Amino acid sequence: MVVSLSLSLQDPVPRDPAGKGQDAGGKDEILIEVKDLKMWFPITRGIIIQRHGGDIKAVDGVSLFIRRGETLGLVGESGCGKTTVGRTILQLYRPTAGEVLFEGEDLTKMKGERLRHMRRRMQMIFQDPYASLNPRMTVGSIIGEPLEVHKLGGRKERKERVQELLRVVKMNPYFVNRYPHEFSGGQRQRIGVARALAVNPDFIVCDEPISALDVSIQAQIINLLEELQEEFNLTYLFIAHDLSVVRHISDRVAVMYLGKILELTDRDELYRNPLNPYTQALLSAVPIPDPLVEEKRERIILIGDVPSPAHPPVGCNFSTRCPVVMEICKEKEPEFKDVGRGHWVACWRV
Amino acid sequence: MAALLEVKDLRTQFFTQDGVVNAVNGISYLLNEGETLGIVGESGCGKSVSVLSIMRLIPQPPGKIVGGEVLFDGKDLLKISEDGVRRVRGNKIAMIFQDPMTSLNPVLTINQQVSEAMMLHLGMSKEQARERTIELLDMVGIPEAKDRIDDYPHQFSGGMRQRVMIAMALSCNPGILIADEPTTALDVTIQAQFIDLVKRLKDEFGMAVIWITHDLGIIAGIAERVKVMYAGFFVESAGVKELYGDPRHPYTLGLLGSVPRVDQVRKEKLTTIEGLPPDLIALPPGCPFYARCAYRLDRCQEERPTLKEIVAGHEIACWVDVTKGGVEW
Repeated sequence: MVVSLSLSLQDPVPRDPAGKGQDAGGKDEILIEVKDLKMWFPITRGIIIQRHGGDIKAVDGVSLFIRRGETLGLVGESGCGKTTVGRTILQLYRPTAGEVLFEGEDLTKMKGERLRHMRRRMQMIFQDPYASLNPRMTVGSIIGEPLEVHKLGGRKERKERVQELLRVVKMNPYFVNRYPHEFSGGQRQRIGVARALAVNPDFIVCDEPISALDVSIQAQIINLLEELQEEFNLTYLFIAHDLSVVRHISDRVAVMYLGKILELTDRDELYRNPLNPYTQALLSAVPIPDPLVEEKRERIILIGDVPSPAHPPVGCNFSTRCPVVMEICKEKEPEFKDVGRGHWVACWRV
Repeated sequence: MAALLEVKDLRTQFFTQDGVVNAVNGISYLLNEGETLGIVGESGCGKSVSVLSIMRLIPQPPGKIVGGEVLFDGKDLLKISEDGVRRVRGNKIAMIFQDPMTSLNPVLTINQQVSEAMMLHLGMSKEQARERTIELLDMVGIPEAKDRIDDYPHQFSGGMRQRVMIAMALSCNPGILIADEPTTALDVTIQAQFIDLVKRLKDEFGMAVIWITHDLGIIAGIAERVKVMYAGFFVESAGVKELYGDPRHPYTLGLLGSVPRVDQVRKEKLTTIEGLPPDLIALPPGCPFYARCAYRLDRCQEERPTLKEIVAGHEIACWVDVTKGGVEW
């Protein structure tokens, strides 16, 4: 990157007062660990008296970890709960059960000022750059807002930092007084990235950050995210439905289906040797921009739709659509286990 | 193969408060019987407007087809009466749209919506149309079609609604099916189901298909010939294998370089196309891709290139030969 980056020096207050994890920058250090996370949304019936009529099990027992500086890709189709995982990790939703450890501290048990303090270290980039920026705020106040919320720096310092951030995301620093509608989708997404970087976080949840953008613009944002990761040693949870993009950007990939992770392993291992039938079907469904390859491909066409998360099937969640389903799949849920070299999979066939 | 549809120098503009938007700037093509033609381009490049113009579905005002011919069945669809177009639309040329959520009427049952065209164009009675609707829904893979025919669209999932759309499109045995980003709103496994279905139906009905998308992967799997569209112009046109195997327009090269592939180990970095597409209100006088082009020459800024054949069946609109490191032809 060409721009000089003195961001960490300009951080107005010392962060991480406990001094934990600051010097432990090794690739193997685990930054985020999620244990058996459940996020159920109650379905209520009735207008005046709200009766509990069941739950939408958006996330139903998810376990994973993310190493510092790594990108974990989380893929799945719409409604599988991948966004909810991201939001629950950030404590935007308080989980129904389970733990979310950030540097070993459980976020689900934190409240008030302590949680607020931790929030500074975790940020989010949203899917829709048209809806996630307030149209009545200037670019400067959008990017500067997190600094204000966390009371970082004085007016002048904030202003300088906002301009610095704009340069970091390769935009003209003179844009501070403009409004979001003056920018294209790709530029707006850069503003969203700058906002997430403002408080100098360790961890960013990227929730489908490129799916609303055009093909030629997508590559620009992917490259930017990668450069920033290297520059600031950021850790990403990259949520997406596009398996090609996830293969490009992730170090490891988790495949989600109906609230559960069915497979999780290193990027190339997952794409070369997918073990769960759902992963196999998902990979075979992705179109490849090469007619010669497409000609010879055999697709696994899944039948039917994803069941409702309010009434997930008994046994394996994928059993209703699985092309190689067995009797046991419809009765007992398979365990999510390591089958060797960090390749985790939940399937009776394995 | 006989040409089924011929589009000649089609131009569509929108007259807005800010000025005239040049959405489609003189595109020409032939659609042969039984073939699938892919049109790729990014949002705002005019691909949807170009097919809506064929069907005379451009809202007027602000839109206006300002020039060109659309020859179908020996007639120019742009010149015949509104009644005449109505007889073609949904009957001989059918269309499916991007968003299955908004293109079905929420207050009519599935049966009412699918039957409508058959009663109108084929003169079927209500009962006949109902029977045929059940057959069609069966064919596109709606389970228990007989029981679900009186459901409303909200009772169907996104993938099923798109199947209803195609059942509706096929109801009158059209010679041409225009699919405008039909899978963009669908998940990838559902998208695979849908593409598989269209391919099968196409063979069965012997239709010609115009498939519009921004996804280069889908086109590679479904089309025989491809047109790449940029800022209302076709910039490259070739058979599908030539286009992907030997892309010659800098824009096509850029597009292909900027998509990661699921079957390939990661490249170091994606190539990007810097900048943004031009403002269609104030099109530059030269090549519309000039500002973003990696191979640009002085000539490109002043003179607009038109499509010319460089190899048999492979046309580009570019002054530069990218294979020779960017020298003029």
